[in-house]
Amino acid sequence: MAINEETVKQVAKLAKLEIEEESIHAFTKEIDQIVDMVEQLEELDTEGVEGTYHGLPQKNVWREDKVQKGTDREELFKNVKTRKDGYIEVPAMFDNGGSEA
Amino acid sequence: MNLEPVIGLEVHVELKTDSKMFSPSPAHFGAEPNTNTNVIDWGHPGVLPVVNKRAIEFGMKAALTLNCSIANDTKFDRKNYFYPDNPKAYQISQFDKPIGYDGWIEIDVKGEKKRIRIERVHLEEDAGKNTHGDNGSSYVDLNRQGTPLIEIVSEADMRSPEEAQAYLDTVKQLIQFTGVSDVKMQEGSMRCDANISLRPVGQEEFGTKTELKNLNSFNNVRKGLEHEIKRQEKLLNAGGEIQQETRRFDETTGETILMRVKEGSSDYRYFPEPDIPNLEISSDWIEDVRASLPEMPKERMERYVKDYNLPEYDAGVLTATVEMSDFFQETVDHGADPKQASNWLMGEVSAYLNSEHLELHETKLTPKALAEMINLIADGTISSKIAKKVFKELITKGSDDVKALVEDKGWVQLSDPAKLLPIISDILDQNEQSIEDYKNGKDRALGFLVGNVMKQTRGKANPGVVNKLLKEEMDKR
Repeated sequence: MAINEETVKQVAKLAKLEIEEESIHAFTKEIDQIVDMVEQLEELDTEGVEGTYHGLPQKNVWREDKVQKGTDREELFKNVKTRKDGYIEVPAMFDNGGSEA
Repeated sequence: MNLEPVIGLEVHVELKTDSKMFSPSPAHFGAEPNTNTNVIDWGHPGVLPVVNKRAIEFGMKAALTLNCSIANDTKFDRKNYFYPDNPKAYQISQFDKPIGYDGWIEIDVKGEKKRIRIERVHLEEDAGKNTHGDNGSSYVDLNRQGTPLIEIVSEADMRSPEEAQAYLDTVKQLIQFTGVSDVKMQEGSMRCDANISLRPVGQEEFGTKTELKNLNSFNNVRKGLEHEIKRQEKLLNAGGEIQQETRRFDETTGETILMRVKEGSSDYRYFPEPDIPNLEISSDWIEDVRASLPEMPKERMERYVKDYNLPEYDAGVLTATVEMSDFFQETVDHGADPKQASNWLMGEVSAYLNSEHLELHETKLTPKALAEMINLIADGTISSKIAKKVFKELITKGSDDVKALVEDKGWVQLSDPAKLLPIISDILDQNEQSIEDYKNGKDRALGFLVGNVMKQTRGKANPGVVNKLLKEEMDKR
């Protein structure tokens, strides 16, 4: 088995999903089957075949540095539950940025 | 135990493009919150990010300036994380094929030169900005979301906070000369994180490192590192162990504070960005960009010493910022003597900028006006004393024609003997005692007479000419 219950819990945590304890076993089985299926690909002989980084053969798709006005804030804020003075209000974060950007 | 710090820096620099990295919304600072964003920045379903070509070019310029090789094949990847500063829940970045790699820069700490290697320079997008409230809420402004960034990762080649600071100074200076970023730490267009560990002197292997964040000024980088070195030293010398963790520098206490312990939390599940096809950067394009790079500070400095005979120190001050260096060059191109241009810029101009907390472009002084003023001093039209008044006028109000200005203001120096002689004769007639004193070798008498002429002409007389005429006239008597 490639996937165990610990892995499922870890993946759920990273994806910010709450999974009920009694469902973990079933998920583990299902995900394991999916991984097994994908692993069938490893049976193919890929000797001498170059790695694929992208599904499309296109290269260098870009745009010139031209500005367009932003989308109307009221439109964008239709999906924002809580707001204040033009800001999106969210529960306090003590971490200083998850992006490390 | 004799311990040695090992420091590596990650520097983020915002690129000065008009639009964002992957969307056409404005990449400008200072707009109303959440008005410079669009559906691509918000990651709405079905949107397609498209690379800003200029951001690629700017990234190449920065990487080349840092002596990096440029990848002919490069691509973008998704870095997955959940945080309210980025509604897409992933950042488009570069993982295994950064645009620039294997670079280096030379730093100078108190005359000692050292090469610091740069592991990589990669392109990515910035996240939004969070403001933390004190009422259990945080406030998100996504205007910064999607602004093009480069991340410059150094090798762990620095051995002291001073070296780290010199590295940052040099990176800032070099990037600033390329013009691809404002590189201002106080405005956030340049940001720095530091990795630091200690190891016994002579040991090859690195110790466990901590990561320092929130180093938002050059001073704080140094102070944060100094504090962290002391903290780790104390812990290790007491037989303790360093925990791999992220710490934040607290400006008010000057201490580093634990933010989070790293335990697999940095599982970003990178994968190639499916929305953006790979990039192929031709060698021709790389060479074009290399050829477009401006003359760098080191080359300018060498040229100033060689062509203009400036002392190395002066040349260094003049090339510290691109603004000062360009201003100096233009002043010289407008016909000013390089030594005089350098003296004014390093003296009066710098003093004014410091006292008023201004930058050159925020004043009214132009290279043309400075050159004209220097030439008016050189040809005797104005005295160096009056020049200070002229300078004040030029830097606060500006002028297109300095000669007309000094004529208008009546600041032209009186050098014409035909106009000075009658005044001098008068004064000599009234001060026969001084003539006698002068002839008896009392130098003070000459000074007294010059002073009288200056007084008569309200400071406009050319002191050199007055001296000469006075002597000649007294010898005749």
